Amino acid sequence: MVAGTAYASEMGDHEKGEVVFKKCKSCHEVGEGAKNRVGPQLNGVFGRTAGTVADVKYSTNMIRMGNDGLIWTEQTLDAYLENPKALVSRTRMSFRGLKDADDRANLLAYLRIYSDNPADIPEAEPTATGTDHDLDPAILALEGDPEYGEYLASECQTCHQVSGVNDGIPGISGWPSDDFVVAMHAYKRKLRPHPVMQMMAGRLSDDEIAALAAYFMDLE
Amino acid sequence: MTKSPRLRRILWTSNNEAVLWEEKEMKLNRRIFIGKGAVAAASLAAPSVFAAGHGKPRVVVVGGGAGGATAARYIAKDSKGEIAVTLIEPTRQYYTCFFSNLYLGGFKEMDELGHSYGAMAAGGVNVVHDWAVGVDRDAKIVSLAGGSSIPYDKLILSPGIDFVEGAVAGWDVSAQNAMPHAYKGGSQTELLKAQLMAMPEGGTFAMVAPPNPYRCPPGPYERVSMVAHFLKANNPTAKIIVADPKPKFSKQGLFQEGWANHYEGMVDWIGEDFGGGNVSVDPEAMTVTIDDEVTKVDVCNVIPAMKAGRIAELAGVTDGNWAPVNAADMSSKADGDVYVLGDASQQGDMPKSGFSANSQAKVCANAVRGALTGSKVFPAKFSNTCWSLIDTNDGVKVGATYEATDEKIAKVDGFISATGETAELRQATYEESEGWYAGITADMFGT
Repeated sequence: MVAGTAYASEMGDHEKGEVVFKKCKSCHEVGEGAKNRVGPQLNGVFGRTAGTVADVKYSTNMIRMGNDGLIWTEQTLDAYLENPKALVSRTRMSFRGLKDADDRANLLAYLRIYSDNPADIPEAEPTATGTDHDLDPAILALEGDPEYGEYLASECQTCHQVSGVNDGIPGISGWPSDDFVVAMHAYKRKLRPHPVMQMMAGRLSDDEIAALAAYFMDLE
Repeated sequence: MTKSPRLRRILWTSNNEAVLWEEKEMKLNRRIFIGKGAVAAASLAAPSVFAAGHGKPRVVVVGGGAGGATAARYIAKDSKGEIAVTLIEPTRQYYTCFFSNLYLGGFKEMDELGHSYGAMAAGGVNVVHDWAVGVDRDAKIVSLAGGSSIPYDKLILSPGIDFVEGAVAGWDVSAQNAMPHAYKGGSQTELLKAQLMAMPEGGTFAMVAPPNPYRCPPGPYERVSMVAHFLKANNPTAKIIVADPKPKFSKQGLFQEGWANHYEGMVDWIGEDFGGGNVSVDPEAMTVTIDDEVTKVDVCNVIPAMKAGRIAELAGVTDGNWAPVNAADMSSKADGDVYVLGDASQQGDMPKSGFSANSQAKVCANAVRGALTGSKVFPAKFSNTCWSLIDTNDGVKVGATYEATDEKIAKVDGFISATGETAELRQATYEESEGWYAGITADMFGT
């Protein structure tokens, strides 16, 4: 095992979520053999269009929300659980809401276990929040560490060929480091379009961008 | 299959030197000087670094695909020759499974998908063209079909996938010439193309799609698109049916939009809700039975349920169908000296793809070098992007970044193409995939 590694944090603790779910048990079931009761069974709720479980008496408003395109995701479920009536007026779910964000996150992590969506297809919902690189100086190499730049750069080289050839993805070898830094920050702040680069730059700290700039400038 | 481990004893000589005696069959074999006093004691305390009879620590990599080739090349290159790397790969020419659908569609020639290991060998990797047939994790030895045994200090397994026996009723490996899987790159892909080209006018191409999890989630549906593209030009009244045990699939909205736009009426996708999970095939009669309805077909692409390449099971690192790993460095949860990459691993949120295997290989290479030579080890960062070609200049993509948690590799952010994008953006997306292919194969093979 690698010593001193900072881990990304799972979104919610499903064991604690099972305890939170006790509040829901009077109307909802989940897990093997779960049946509809007052409320629909919650297996497969992630990715489900609202108001679509067969043989459930939904309110007209819930059905209309589903028709309008409401899909239950981490975000929409979080909003609904915080205050059901705020999302779906006149919902039949007479529940005051979970004010505590941690409770909601834990509950969702618990429900997640019973959803059909495989987590390992590329478009699955995230299940963790990344390490906050700007606050992690003990782990990150300081500016100018060539080994760290080389390690980070290996991720880029799958698409940006080391030879610098442009085959549909521009070459970045030998770029002046100032230009490199400006471009990466523009992606990081989502000013410069391109969803892949915005995502890649978004998870790099200022020090990491500097390390990469130094590495790529010296290539070739 | 196991050789009896050599008996090794450390002796202290009269002038305080530690010496290793190796005994084989009760005869004293060799005498190797380790070092003096405290230095010797320290090296004895780090057995994974000390390799009896060799100066260098040894890494053995099983499997020369996106995971194994990348790991072998990076360890050899970045250790600057300090680590002896052996790569065991049966094929002399590696045909990528990724982009093989483009060959089916007529966008690529087969030789564009082939890559040799010459540059890797010239870069210092010992490339052995043989099959690994056993691993003795106590003796730390890999046995090869040709008869040799290769000792290791660290073992990296990247064996891809094998098919689960009996997963599709009526099909087994002996039927793969009549009903190809074409889900391992190379001759099976060429066979499927030949069958496609020989289809009678107005014939039927059937696909039996696999259940989750499987290698390349959008792969079967890109294949449908590429087959449709070929048929539209060469056999426009032909039909495609897909029997799918899944209720939905990767990039479904994008594919179905594309099929409606480009191949109107040609593709019939039968998902779980319509009986797509209740399937059997008859390779001699060339029929597919979906939910008790029998259909005669001209080509049948059976893609069965998958599991880790068998060597992982033989090595004792699998739990069920896949090999659980620690996300921080891809080490096996069963053995800290064994690492599992790519499709064979239980990889958490990451999809089973060539891109993922290449990404994991770099994290693994960094960790293995650190463990063997004390070089710096950096936090794991993973990413994946899957491109799919729907029609000429109509490409889509989906991807994400991942980080290690205690439990698994977890997704933290992602992106996906949208329906209704402009033709220019779709063309640019396709062109990116060409750049990626050139990049990843250079990264894997050093060409």
